[in-house]
Amino acid sequence: MEAKRRLIDDNGLRLDGRKWNELRPIKMEVGNLKNADGSAYIEFGKNKIVAAVYGPREVHPKHEVIADRALVRARYHMAPFSVDERKNPAPSRREIKISKVIKEALEPAIIVTDYPRTAIEVFVEILQSDGGSRCAGIDAASLALADAGINMRDMVVGVSAGIIDDQVVLDLDDSEDKEGSGDMPVAFLPNLNQVTLLQVDGIYTREKFQKAFELAIEGGRRVYEMQRKALNDKFFGGAPQVVAAEGGEA
Amino acid sequence: MSLMKKNYVVESIRRAQIISLLSQGKRVDGRSLGDMRPLTIKTGVIQKANGSSMVSLGDTQIVAGVKVATGTPFPDTPDKGLLVVNAELLPLSSPYAEAGPPSPEAVELARVVDRGIRESEMVDVSALCITPGKTVYTVFVDVNIMNVDGNLFDAASYAVVAALRTAKMTKYVVENDKVTATTERMPLPVSKTPVSLTIARIGDALVVDPNAEEEASMDARITIATEDDGNVCAGQKGEASFFTPEQVLQAVDTSIRLGKEIRKVIQEASA
Repeated sequence: MEAKRRLIDDNGLRLDGRKWNELRPIKMEVGNLKNADGSAYIEFGKNKIVAAVYGPREVHPKHEVIADRALVRARYHMAPFSVDERKNPAPSRREIKISKVIKEALEPAIIVTDYPRTAIEVFVEILQSDGGSRCAGIDAASLALADAGINMRDMVVGVSAGIIDDQVVLDLDDSEDKEGSGDMPVAFLPNLNQVTLLQVDGIYTREKFQKAFELAIEGGRRVYEMQRKALNDKFFGGAPQVVAAEGGEA
Repeated sequence: MSLMKKNYVVESIRRAQIISLLSQGKRVDGRSLGDMRPLTIKTGVIQKANGSSMVSLGDTQIVAGVKVATGTPFPDTPDKGLLVVNAELLPLSSPYAEAGPPSPEAVELARVVDRGIRESEMVDVSALCITPGKTVYTVFVDVNIMNVDGNLFDAASYAVVAALRTAKMTKYVVENDKVTATTERMPLPVSKTPVSLTIARIGDALVVDPNAEEEASMDARITIATEDDGNVCAGQKGEASFFTPEQVLQAVDTSIRLGKEIRKVIQEASA
């Protein structure tokens, strides 16, 4: 077996030159697809992801209708050319599982009781994958839900943390995910402080677990600011946001 | 691909409007009969693919990616590489698209594009043989439809041609009877730039590059592909209605004429 290469150098920099607590470069665009009720495109490092929302619309098949609220569906799918080896276009077990956790991460933010007997469908298409695509997919899906005008309690942000070379780092890319020893994707509602997705891979001491978990949340708050800016750019042409004062002094 | 056809009431109202406009030589989106919608082609958009492209034709939006690997040839063509075009009508592309195995429309789209590329011999598959009967290069072109607004045939064909033209692959050699990868990268054996052009007949009018509403109203469509020298290299008529022989020839002339301009756009994007 070949010797493991080092993922963090003597200066504390990672393979792509990032520090331990740095996110990859992120680009967001809202409303990029014409037919969808809401859509968003995100570049998260080398990840390139499109998310679209259709709904609220009629439920098919009918027997899946829920009388008092909306049925939320999510589909995470990878393009055959999104990874190094061509991926069969049919959904794999991994994609079906990720679709399920994405649905469960997003649904708590959606006020489903506002849309009884309807379906709200979220499609996340990975055009290029480079580690952390479920989190970046959630970031894009949450933008698409907001773009669709779906009533929401909060945005949803997703970022992962993990352990490489025995150190806690933020936002693992593909090689760090594969060669490192732990990956912890976290998604949460940033204003309500509710964690809606948590998956833990690898071995963590109690101390390291907390450090990684809090790092992911802290990184997520930075992503949330970018989401706000992307929505502001789409709906208010980038003009400064007017925030209404509530209950404060005039 | 008439993904709008399901909405019957809107369709019949819009169809009346479309036909009435056409009788004055106008189209619903303001184009004249022989105009294409704006076409933009970007290449190299997916770094993990051997070649890739993103095509917008009006609001129709497509991403295509090429993946090259090695595999076993088909028994009847032992000395030729494999070239497969596959298309997915993603559920995010239209309110009428559904998740699941490729729909008949997606399969037809992939087949028509596949045949256009194959028949034009744009890719020299005999140059994709490594060891006859044993190992050949396999070229997969996957077409992802991101947003449907009509004329998927042409948009997909431009996307595939541009992606193939920019594809770079690892060179394999035979050493001591073993197929081994080298560090050398080479372009795909691609010559020609076939260009497809689709024309719809709505009533008595022939319109170039129909959008989704026009497709939902069309009686018949015809796709003619031409080569660099202006020769016709593929053709396909669709839908349950007819073209007069004069209309067929008119479509051929239009395809030859517009093909030159479109070829320039594809070649510039994939130079």
